[in-house]
Amino acid sequence: MKTYMKFGLLVAVIIGTLGWLAAGGIKETKTYYRTIDEVNKLGNAAMDQRMRVGGDVVDGTIVRAGNEVRFTIHQDALKLNVVYDGIEPLPDTFRPGAQALADGKMRPDGTFHATKIQAKCASKYEAKPVQKQPVHAEKQASL
Amino acid sequence: MENLGALSLVLAFCLTIYSILGSLVGKWKKNPFLTLSAERAVYCVWFLVAGAVGILVYSLIGGDFRMAYVAEHSNRAMPPYYKFASWWGGQAGSLLLWTFLLASYSAVVVFQNRRKFRDMMPYVVSILMTVEGFFLLLITFIVSPFLVLMQGKGIIDVGDGQGLNPLLQYWTMLIHPPVLYLGYVGFTVPFAFAIASLITKQPGDDWIYTTRRWAIVTWFFQSAGIILGAGWAYAVLGWGGYWGWDPVENASLLPWLTSTAFLHSVMMQEKKGMMKIWNMVLVAATFFLCIFGTTLTRTGLVASVHAFAQSQIGGYFFGFLGIGIAGTTYLILDRLEYLKTEARLESVVSRESSFLFNNLILLASCFAILWGTLFPVISEKLTGEKISVDGPFFNKVNIPIGLFLLFLTGVGPLVAWRRSSAESLKKAFIAPTAGAAILIAVLVAFGIRHPYALMSFGLCLFVAISVLTEFYKGAQAISIKDGKNLLAAAVELTHRNTRRYGGYVVHLAIVMMFIGFTGSAFNKDATQQVAPGDTVHIAGYDLKLLKLVDSDNENYVGRKAIIEVSTNGKVLQTMEPEHRFYKASKQPTSEVAIRRRLTEDLYINFAGMSDGDAKGVIQAYVFPLVSCIWIGFWILFAGTVICLVPSKVRLQYARTEVIGIAKKPHAASQIHN
Repeated sequence: MKTYMKFGLLVAVIIGTLGWLAAGGIKETKTYYRTIDEVNKLGNAAMDQRMRVGGDVVDGTIVRAGNEVRFTIHQDALKLNVVYDGIEPLPDTFRPGAQALADGKMRPDGTFHATKIQAKCASKYEAKPVQKQPVHAEKQASL
Repeated sequence: MENLGALSLVLAFCLTIYSILGSLVGKWKKNPFLTLSAERAVYCVWFLVAGAVGILVYSLIGGDFRMAYVAEHSNRAMPPYYKFASWWGGQAGSLLLWTFLLASYSAVVVFQNRRKFRDMMPYVVSILMTVEGFFLLLITFIVSPFLVLMQGKGIIDVGDGQGLNPLLQYWTMLIHPPVLYLGYVGFTVPFAFAIASLITKQPGDDWIYTTRRWAIVTWFFQSAGIILGAGWAYAVLGWGGYWGWDPVENASLLPWLTSTAFLHSVMMQEKKGMMKIWNMVLVAATFFLCIFGTTLTRTGLVASVHAFAQSQIGGYFFGFLGIGIAGTTYLILDRLEYLKTEARLESVVSRESSFLFNNLILLASCFAILWGTLFPVISEKLTGEKISVDGPFFNKVNIPIGLFLLFLTGVGPLVAWRRSSAESLKKAFIAPTAGAAILIAVLVAFGIRHPYALMSFGLCLFVAISVLTEFYKGAQAISIKDGKNLLAAAVELTHRNTRRYGGYVVHLAIVMMFIGFTGSAFNKDATQQVAPGDTVHIAGYDLKLLKLVDSDNENYVGRKAIIEVSTNGKVLQTMEPEHRFYKASKQPTSEVAIRRRLTEDLYINFAGMSDGDAKGVIQAYVFPLVSCIWIGFWILFAGTVICLVPSKVRLQYARTEVIGIAKKPHAASQIHN
């Protein structure tokens, strides 16, 4: 049985280490999905957590300055200024009016410092339903 | 036409039901003609599904824009090969591809085993057809590829379609999805044999012998699919990322991890009669993870860049998974008696134990990735807050796991079966360890301080030495005996036991890939807005923007940045990254330019214009060693092919065969059971 004791110990050590690493990893990178409204309500507490905030990119607010890109997203009447300086180029679908998801943290000056931007576009991979002909085109089974 | 297509799918669905019932009833009533006819029905299913595929592809290429699927995924301007590839450009078509591949696999299985395993085959056929029937159910009744566009009561022709998403218009689109699916779908076969052997209470390991080739081939397809996807992401996404821990990427990695574990632990069963339950669990886990992966890709459960349209088929998938997992669990628990181990672990330092830890680690990685992928879903259910974990989490857990696995890859060949003496260990370990230590010392002297990178390079050399020593020792023995030169002897050695030495070649491929992964610790990047005449500097390269060139064709409008690359004043080449705007889908894309070299890639993305069209945004990156990943893939391919060549020498393993249930005096041990 001694062999099995050794095995048990080794397995426990490995699982323990991985569990510890995983717990640390989750703590460091967990990102809360928040709306702009929720961010505003959190106030200063918002600066402590990584968040993913979504909103539509306001027309004419995208400004490039060196490695930084600044823009404003809005959700209804609420607006949020975002500064992005991550290494990935902005996705091709990122443009005025598109829905953007910004990952990052709030800064004390009230801007959102994003390290990653995802642009969600209805036509990302699946094309929009066909709307070329007069509007009521609908699919129907042929059988 | 679309009626014919839909009709053949309905007929195929009916035939799968006939085949399932025919097999089971035929077996139960001992009517060989009924089981035979059920087997033949499998061929019919293939013909019908192939017919449906033919009709869909014909409509796509011919441009039948009355059909919804054609209008959504094809257009007139695309070249014919992309029209063909739009077969799997969307939901319904992808499921049709799944169905078609499984039908093909099933037909091959039935043909290969038409005279073998008469008692097991009815169950194999019915399991294969159950899975096939499930997918046919989806594409017949829920997401049919054969819908037409209607307006009021009349069918309309929209004239031209939306076209394939521009990101998908890249050569890999032609092979990545089918190859990955070949891997996903293929594991249904070992699973069907495993379950059939459980149902019929097979005493031996027949299911393993028959399916190990399947397992190797499908494992290769899974690997190839994953790497092709990585290469694709690298070349089109514009920032050189080949792996982003995206949920869908994870979904393809999960079954790969369990099937890799299976390929290793299956050797324990073949040679020692150990880990039988474990192998059952692994084969089942791989199959269900394949289905789960398809679920993730197809239903948009977790937000992902790959997420296709949200759809209503999720419920069906989860129902299928639930029933399948419950059934399998019941079967395994009910048949525990037949899965008793025939040997016990004798020492912590042994080949057996290295396999055991390999399995443990692969499964731990699989679990961590699954957990991380589903974290948003789980956290929302538990706490009401949607929380996601990102790349850093996966890296934090998986980099140590990867390094430990790499270590085991090197240790495996060095330790003996059963137990290793301290003396022999010392002798075996001395060369690889010394090599690794020297390499690390040299790298530190050259100023590399990244701890994981140092460990990884050290371990890569450790494994390479340990594996090459295996070849050398074996080849030398043959060369002395037969008087051949060392190279011919190495070929002879490999031919004698192809699975073992082919496996070692695969391990060398993994080493090569690890070198490539490790290179990413030294990536460099620069983003600048430049007018023609300006220069961007990065890692010793000078990139001078010469001019911008516009173009226009029926598929897209494009603008190229012509960039002269030089280093220390010496011109190397001109590179031409391009920014395109696709007309049909109204989407911009970037075509990056890559200067691929063995030591490093120079990667330039033209991200568009800024400052009111006066300046171009140039993003330049240098990726050291990334080519090693793609080279590693070709070595992996070679290794797999070697594994599939039959061995020249039939190996006999000294082990006892269990016939029926022999009650053994010792209760089954706890760990490997």
